[in-house]
Parts: sequence; C-alpha cells; structure tokens
Amino acid sequence: MFLALRDLRFARGRFALMGAVVALIAVLGVLLSGLASGLADAGISGLRALPVTHMAFDEKATSEQFSRSTVEQEDWEAWAGAPGVERAEPFGNTLVNAQVTQGEEKGEQVNLAVFGMAPDSPLAPSPAEGKGLKDGGGGIVISQEIADLGVRVGDVLTADKSEVRLTVTGLVDDTVSYGHIGVAYADLDTWRHLHYGLPGELPEAAQRQATAVALTLEDGADVTAVEKATGTRADDKETTYGASPGYTAESSTMALIKGFLYAISALVVGAFFTVWTVQRKPEIALLKALGAPTRYILRDALAQVVAVLVVATAAGTAVGLALGSAMIGKAPFSLSPPAIATSAGLLIGLGTVGAAVAVRRITAVDPLTALGATR
Amino acid sequence: MTTPSTDHRTAPDAAGPDGLRLRDVCLTLGDGDTAVTALDHVDLTVAPGEFVAVVGPSGSGKSSLLAVAGGLQRPTSGTVHIAGTELTALSDKERTAARRRHIGFVFQQSNLLASLTVREQLLLPLHIDGRLDAAARARADELIEAVGLAHRTGSRPHQLSGGERQRAGLARALMTSPAVLLVDEPTSALDRVRSAEAVRLIAEQTHRHGTATVMVTHDTAIMDAADRVHEMVDGRLS
Repeated sequence: MFLALRDLRFARGRFALMGAVVALIAVLGVLLSGLASGLADAGISGLRALPVTHMAFDEKATSEQFSRSTVEQEDWEAWAGAPGVERAEPFGNTLVNAQVTQGEEKGEQVNLAVFGMAPDSPLAPSPAEGKGLKDGGGGIVISQEIADLGVRVGDVLTADKSEVRLTVTGLVDDTVSYGHIGVAYADLDTWRHLHYGLPGELPEAAQRQATAVALTLEDGADVTAVEKATGTRADDKETTYGASPGYTAESSTMALIKGFLYAISALVVGAFFTVWTVQRKPEIALLKALGAPTRYILRDALAQVVAVLVVATAAGTAVGLALGSAMIGKAPFSLSPPAIATSAGLLIGLGTVGAAVAVRRITAVDPLTALGATR
Repeated sequence: MTTPSTDHRTAPDAAGPDGLRLRDVCLTLGDGDTAVTALDHVDLTVAPGEFVAVVGPSGSGKSSLLAVAGGLQRPTSGTVHIAGTELTALSDKERTAARRRHIGFVFQQSNLLASLTVREQLLLPLHIDGRLDAAARARADELIEAVGLAHRTGSRPHQLSGGERQRAGLARALMTSPAVLLVDEPTSALDRVRSAEAVRLIAEQTHRHGTATVMVTHDTAIMDAADRVHEMVDGRLS
C-alpha cells in the first residue's frame, strides 16, 4: 500500500467522486434491502410465524392457493395418519372487511387477514393480552398491526355483508400480517362463517372444509402416496410465501432492481479503474523498470480498490441506516442486519471484480516504455 | 576530474570483478522487411567508478544500448554481464530482481511518481525490495543531502524545478547501491548551466559510490565530465 495510499491522498478529488457514486449506491442498497424486508414482512410474516414446515393445498389450485384452494376433513385426517407426518391440521385463510361497531374507534373500517385454526392446535396464538381462541362464539385474537388502527380487546367488529359479529378477545405482541393486511386469528367455525359470508348455522359441507392442511413433516418424509390419495400437494413453507397475493411480484421486482444496482456499481468501478490504470501507464512502466514485480504493483492496485470500496460502502451504509431508521413505521420498511451485510458485501465483492478486470492491464505494461526514446 | 578508481565502492563484493560488460551485442527490432538493426556488434566494458558517455544522434541506438544494458530488453545475440552475473542468461523474473538490486536508472526528465515526496521517491525502490528499514531511511536522507535537495525533502514532483527533479531521480537510482548506473538524456529538460551541474553531480556520485555509469546523450557539450566518451552511429559503437 506504499503507493496506493499516497495516490489516494494525491488524487483524492477523483477518488472521492467515484467513492461518492459507490456510497450513493450503498445508500440505495440499504434502502432497497429495508424495503424488500419490509414488504416481505407485510406480505408473509403471518405465514412465517406459523409453526409448520409445509402446507398442503388442493392440487387443482396452482397459484394464489390461499384464496383458491379448499381441502376437506378427510384430507387432513388422511395426512394426520400418513407416515412421516408429525402433525396435520386444518388451516383457513380469508380476507375480510369489517367495521368497528363497538369500541373507541366506532365506525372505523378495518381489513383483516383471518387465519382459522383449531383453538387447541399449536397454530393458535398465545396472546400477550386477553384470552386465546375458543370454539364458537366469534372471538378473534388480533395482531399488533390491527391494534395500531385503534382496535382494543373487548371491541366488537362486524364483517361487511355477512354481518358476522367478531369480539376481540386477545392481542398478540407481534406485528404479523399477510398480503399487507394485519392478521386476525379465529377458530375454524368463526373462520368458516367469515369465509363463506354466512351468519347463523353453516351448511353441513362447509363445516368440513378449510383452505389448506398445515403440516409438520419429518425431514425427508416421502408423502407422494398421501398427496395422491387426497388430491393435494404439499409445498414447503418458503414456497407457500409465493402463494400469498403479490409476494412473488414484489420480491422479484426488488431482486431485479438490486441486481441491476450491483451490476451498475461493478461497471462504474470497473470503468473508473480502467481509466485510472490507463492514465497510470507511464508510472507502471517506471515501477517495472525500477524492478517492481508485476505482483507487487497488482497487490498495491487491488489494495487501493478494496480500500476505496470499503470506505465508500461503509459511509453509504451508515447514511442508509440513518435514512432507513427514519422511514420505519412510515413505509413497509424493516432493517435486517443480514440483508444489509449481504448487500454491502456484494457491493464490495462485485466492485472488486469489476476493478480487478481493469487493473489486469497492469500485467501488459512494458517497462521498456519508461525509457525516453520509445515514449 | 579525479582518476576513476575502484576503491570507492561502498559494496565492492556486489560489483564483482567488473561493473558492466557487453560482449558482441546485437539487437534487431521488428522483423522481415521492416527489421532495424538497433545495436550492431556492440562491445563495451565499464569499470566500477567509471563514467562513460555515449553520444550520438537520435535513432542511433543509444536508448537500445541502455535498454539492453539495464535488462529491460533481451539482445538478439551477445552477452551482458552485470557485477559478474550474466544478465542475458536470467529468466524474466530474475532479470526484474537484478534490475531492482543491481541497476540504477536515471530516466529522461527524471520520471518521478506524482504522488510521492522526494524522500518517498527514494524509499520506494527499497520498499519494492522489502528492505525498507532504518538504514534505508538514513541512506535516503544522506543521498538527499548529497544531491542538494535537503530543503525539498517533503516536496512532490510538481513543486520541483527540472534540475531538482533530475537530482531526485539520480538520488533514487543510487538508493539500492547499484553496481551499474544508467542515465538517459539527463539534460533534455535543462538549460546549459543546469546541464553542466547535473552531469558534474553524476560524475561525482559515480566516483563516490563506485558505480559503473553509462550516460547516453545527444548533447556534446556535456561530455567533458565523462571519463570516457563513445560515439554511436547506426547501432555501432566507436
């Protein structure tokens, strides 16, 4: 780094400009990561929180399974009895509009992502405040997301159209949502009333249905037989995220933007160091004439690249974190340290690759050009 | 001018029996119809502490002589010995190491690195060789003093005059106690008075450090400081 550091100081204006570009990209990287994890949280944190490994959907539903799939009682019973299956239980999922009809925020419109489950199942929430689920009676446990709208334990909500009355019996601590809507947990009977939009007694057939079979499978369990017998297909948990509305589109858009960002950054860094290396050609020839091995010059140049990238990325990440902290709560935004570290690492790594291609030119410089006559 | 003598070498064993010896060296550049004979059966021996000037018009092969003597270019035929080592028998890697340890170059217009101070210019060759220690720093200060740049130690090339740059380049070339000092057109950027001073300094340092020094120039006015003068015409040395 004998020369690298002195060159950095001497040409600080030029390096500062390039560093600023990398730093701005790092800021954008943090904000995009935050937005991506925020969107993921808003889209699937409800599913992520469920203690399951797989979900089995009606095999006829190939997309948006959570709204299109229906499974029957025989299905979850068959799953529960199949080898390799630790646990299988019905899971209901439906989106409902409701209005607060009793409580402080009376008249307030509330959207609910209702998760239906047996009150004694491990899927059922353990509320931080109030009571958990019980069969019948229209009780729901709301997540923090809905509480943020002003809904309190003891409030009564009335579902639009069906006029099903829901009493908030409990509140969970977590902010869990599904499809950008706060999750409300309900017992299966209440869920079915909401799902079919029917108050009063449910028809016989409806009482035996759910959206999917929530599964806990043993590692490597072969479930093809039970899938075939029940006409269902088990997807692992991560795959089911794609079945939630908008999730795939959101996450692939984010991935695309980030990919382009890293590519642009690598190209900018590569272009800068190409120009820089070409400009340094006479000095490189001189170094070689003085007896510097190519390895010495390459190491010096790469150390310079990494120093610039690390400083610029660190500065940009710090600014991004400051901006991001201010955005939390105002946008679907959450700062996940592993995602930010990955983003910064990629920026430095790909930038180094871009610059490495550029500084490779050092190997081709002929020390002979240091002599006047051939210059 | 004092008599050239081998007694002044700081590291006599490094120089071996002779400083620089070129035997029957030919260099052909290009091939086929465009081939040019840059060096035509050149013989040259320079003893440690001897200052040899090679004059000739541009295109006469002077720079080729330096390139071959300094291990920057392999001759087409013939041998080059430096401090008892046959340079022409070495691999590219070994030649680079030989340049680093045994050869000092003073390039045209001195060729300093823009971002380094005068002192750092001198320390660089030893950093490259992994020998940057207290002794090296002391030697750098000594040489800066010797070439009269003590007041310029912390200056960068753009703050120096042409003559000062030339002196810094000379001091840098002497840092590694080279057996051979090769000087390329030292006066091309200097006026008459400064040229004479620069060449006098080269002669003085040659005698003090016992380097086998070859200076190529087209400036016939500065030759009288040399111990010996050769003329180069069309690749032939006389």
